[in-house]
Amino acid sequence: MLDTLAITGRLCIEKLAGFGRATFVLLHALLVWPQPGNSIPLIVKQLYSVGVKSLLIIVVSGLFIGMVLGLQGYTILVDFASEDAVGQMVALSLVRELAPVVTALLFAGRAGSALTAEIGLMKATEQLASLEMIGVDPLRRIVAPRLWAGFISMPLLSMIFAIVGIYGGAVVSIDWLGVYSGSFWSVMQSSVDFYDDVLNGVIKSLVFGFVITWIAVYQGLESVPTSEGISQATTRTVVYSSLMVLALDFVLTALMFGNI
Amino acid sequence: MRTRTIEILVGLFVVCGLLAALALAMTVSGLSGSKQDTYKIYAHFENIGGLSDKAEVTLAGVQIGTVSSIKLDPQMLTAVVEMKIFSEVDYLSIDSSVQILTSGLLGGKYIGLSVGAEEEVLTEGGVIEDSQSALVLEELIGKFLFNKVSE
Repeated sequence: MLDTLAITGRLCIEKLAGFGRATFVLLHALLVWPQPGNSIPLIVKQLYSVGVKSLLIIVVSGLFIGMVLGLQGYTILVDFASEDAVGQMVALSLVRELAPVVTALLFAGRAGSALTAEIGLMKATEQLASLEMIGVDPLRRIVAPRLWAGFISMPLLSMIFAIVGIYGGAVVSIDWLGVYSGSFWSVMQSSVDFYDDVLNGVIKSLVFGFVITWIAVYQGLESVPTSEGISQATTRTVVYSSLMVLALDFVLTALMFGNI
Repeated sequence: MRTRTIEILVGLFVVCGLLAALALAMTVSGLSGSKQDTYKIYAHFENIGGLSDKAEVTLAGVQIGTVSSIKLDPQMLTAVVEMKIFSEVDYLSIDSSVQILTSGLLGGKYIGLSVGAEEEVLTEGGVIEDSQSALVLEELIGKFLFNKVSE
């Protein structure tokens, strides 16, 4: 009886301590920031591995998701003779929901797992410890550029996803299914609001990028320095960040669109 | 060299992202509209029944402009609809008529314009006198029921 209580207590304390360490890592990496001349090249390098390398999967999946939305929307709306509204449907569902969420899930799989594995391996081969030995702060040198690259590239990727998807949907519904292009765009423009829809989508993707890179970096730093530990940490990154993205998406949607 | 390639690719990525933001603002949400030259014409409606900003203005089903603003005329108590017509469409006669139509069952409202017979054409600030309001379903049903009862 007391043992079970003790186990529950220990688990809770461990979780809370983990959360505290994660917050400490985040604040330390972000606040002990500027190191002019040195930090920008580091961020650029990380932007390349986090952002540019994720571009292909984002563009391809955005294109196909937009095309599928166009097809599905058309087949439903044509029953009500309202196929003109397919542009509105594609644009709103992409800009508000699908672009931030799907980009975040792909980003967690493509970039988050790589971040965890990289930092985990650095820890396992004691590169982080050697950095500290020679007086370089690993949080500043290794962690901070990765965090910033994640924050910067997620909204950019999400916007690219949305625009590619919308053009994919436009190609399918206008050129293939024969929706009149004037009403496709004008119905879309009259229903999509820049501040309410586009900017809220960007805010969502910012929050998701923040959460994913934070989880990825923290799991890498906390991983058990063995090959098994790294594989578990990588799995945890993908699982935790996907769950966080979906849960946060509900919270953000309720805050943004709940009272409309 | 290697670093330079990376820098160029990152620059390209950031530019792509910003272009996507611009496209989302311009073509998707129609924030500042197209750069196309337009002129404004006006029409009064008794009831606009759900017409909104940025709705299409069409002639023979083809888009020739957009609705740019809808206001209430405090004297006549009618709706004043301001339309921006593409400037290459400069052959709308002064006795044209406008009608508020619905595209499909659930589709948005749009303005259908039909050209009259006069030689003189509408220019900037022109007013269309002949307008037909939107059909409001409840009013139609009300009239129908009223006729039934009086039979």
